[in-house]
Amino acid sequence: MKKNSWINVGFQVGALVVALLITTLLLVAAGAPPLKAYASIISGAFGSSNNIENILITWSPLLLTTAGVLITFSAGLWNIGIEGQMTLGAIFATGVLRALQNTQLPPALIIILGILAGVIGGALWAGLAGALKTFGGVNEIFGGLGLNFVSTALTIYLVFGPWKRPGVGSMSGTQPFDEKLWLPSLPHTELSLWALGISLLVIIAVYFMLRGTHLGLRLKAVGKNSKAAFLMGVPTWQYSMFAFLLCGAFAGLSGAIQVTSVYHRLLPNISNGYGFLGLLVAMLINYQALWAAPIAFFFAAVNIGSVQLQIQYKLDSSFAGVLQDLLVLLVLLGEGARQRFIKKG
Amino acid sequence: MDTNTILVGLAGVLAAAAPVLFAVLGETITERAGIINLSMNGSILLSAMGGFAIAQLTGSLMLGFLGGMLIGALVALIVAFSSITLHQSQVAVGFVLALAGRDLSYFLGVPYMNSSGPVLQGLPIPFLKDIPVLGVLLFRQNLITYISYILIFLVWLWIFRTRPGLMLRGIGERPAAAYVRGANVNLMRYVYTIIGGAFIGLAGPAFTLNVKAGWMGTQTGLDGIGWIALSITIFGGWNPIRAAFGAYLFSFLQWLGLVLQSQLPGVPTQVLQVAPFPLMILTLLLVNISDAEWVARILATLPEGARRFTIKLLRTLRASPPASLGVPFESE
Repeated sequence: MKKNSWINVGFQVGALVVALLITTLLLVAAGAPPLKAYASIISGAFGSSNNIENILITWSPLLLTTAGVLITFSAGLWNIGIEGQMTLGAIFATGVLRALQNTQLPPALIIILGILAGVIGGALWAGLAGALKTFGGVNEIFGGLGLNFVSTALTIYLVFGPWKRPGVGSMSGTQPFDEKLWLPSLPHTELSLWALGISLLVIIAVYFMLRGTHLGLRLKAVGKNSKAAFLMGVPTWQYSMFAFLLCGAFAGLSGAIQVTSVYHRLLPNISNGYGFLGLLVAMLINYQALWAAPIAFFFAAVNIGSVQLQIQYKLDSSFAGVLQDLLVLLVLLGEGARQRFIKKG
Repeated sequence: MDTNTILVGLAGVLAAAAPVLFAVLGETITERAGIINLSMNGSILLSAMGGFAIAQLTGSLMLGFLGGMLIGALVALIVAFSSITLHQSQVAVGFVLALAGRDLSYFLGVPYMNSSGPVLQGLPIPFLKDIPVLGVLLFRQNLITYISYILIFLVWLWIFRTRPGLMLRGIGERPAAAYVRGANVNLMRYVYTIIGGAFIGLAGPAFTLNVKAGWMGTQTGLDGIGWIALSITIFGGWNPIRAAFGAYLFSFLQWLGLVLQSQLPGVPTQVLQVAPFPLMILTLLLVNISDAEWVARILATLPEGARRFTIKLLRTLRASPPASLGVPFESE
């Protein structure tokens, strides 16, 4: 190994240690014994086969949102509207399932159509943010944030309005679908190998696309220096738009999977923060698709493990978020420190 | 509804706008200096929880507000340090801090949930409070709301009518030119980001010690306010007075949503509460669209009179960000 790579590893390990140090202090401040708390997160994540299934259920949507934002990041875009795109995917999927549930169509076909509708819904919502950026000059961060709020409102409107349960609408969502419209899952769990398989395929495809294809290279050229790419004959805005649409399609797929395989209905906050979490994963792996699967798995494990903290120590389960956020923050700061260090040294 | 109810309601709109207003003014100062502080949503939630906790533990409202400002300033310091000194992406660090602040506030805020703490009392101003209409509207508020009015004009004066303000605009527009004129660009960016952060941090306690007193975890009703404030800063075109108008408009629309609620019982509250967002996107579109190439092309085809009118209209709406917003500055 070259000297520089040792320095790189050193800074990354340093960032990890500092992040853990801070979270340990926070645990102490919240009155929990830190070592036992970490142990309970680990046992909460891997202690039983049920927990591991839950990790895999969380892993799948996170892989899809991470795959999506890897594309938009490559094109130099901050697709913060991904939460809304995932929500629209869920809404579209629910809409199609509701419309077709009483028809004579084979259930498998209805499920496939529902998922495809979700893909389209997510892409449309992303396309809207993309069009606002491309044709309206609205920064994708602000357009996306606004559309996130709108998508939440739309969900709540549907859940309490036209799609409300017989009787009275509630925050627990729409009327669950009949079991024949569920994406097939392993017995006694919500873990669907279909969902997991599709998500893994998507992240692998994105890895190869960004690594070795003409398309991926041009996307990255647009992201790194759009003016230069444009002068070299790359149709810049078409590529930005394509990145938005593809990311939205993955986000929509992720939302549709939440509907067809996890919740079997539409509920408020169905995106569950997976979009933002995907952005975090992408930042933590420094936008390298190779690491997406293991890091997304780790984040999923932290999420599931932290539920145990709430039960055992009455701590808020937002501890998972705190741990993930601090880790990313310190890796970013560590990267900055490393670049300064190498420049000086 | 009679006139007095409406007046009291509108006075409530002015008071409820104070937190958003502080945040928007803070972000305006920060962005004028060329730094984007994207952490606002987390910063506000953390200062809201922290400010409330400090006020409850010490029994001092003053310390609560100061504590909130300190939290906001510290978060801003991280943004400044990572972008100015470490050359990391402001957007990336700000976004992570926005999430970290929110998660931290929920994690550390558990002991203070749903407990009562001190609340800022009203402070009607003698004589002024008896002016018809305006008295009810403006002068029967409390100290923090009065400060919010005054701050709009102070910030405007500072940016547009003082020498340091001219420098502030300089380091956001053309840092190299400001540098040649003797400005320590990066030091000033640090200072303005931290001051802006303190304003943003004031937004938290202005909510939990005043508008809707208390900390209720995820039920506080504050999540999202930072993202709203960020949009309003753009809407305000980096001008404190226009930004204040945006903050009041937002607060007014939210109030209107609640009032209309009683007229339209079929529509859930949450839907009316987000009504301002599509409007916000639309305004952002109008504010920015004159920069787009195809607009210029279409305008060229219009007849002379219509073209001049449209160009004039778009130009009034238009707001350009500081030219070096988000661009790091190196003196050598």
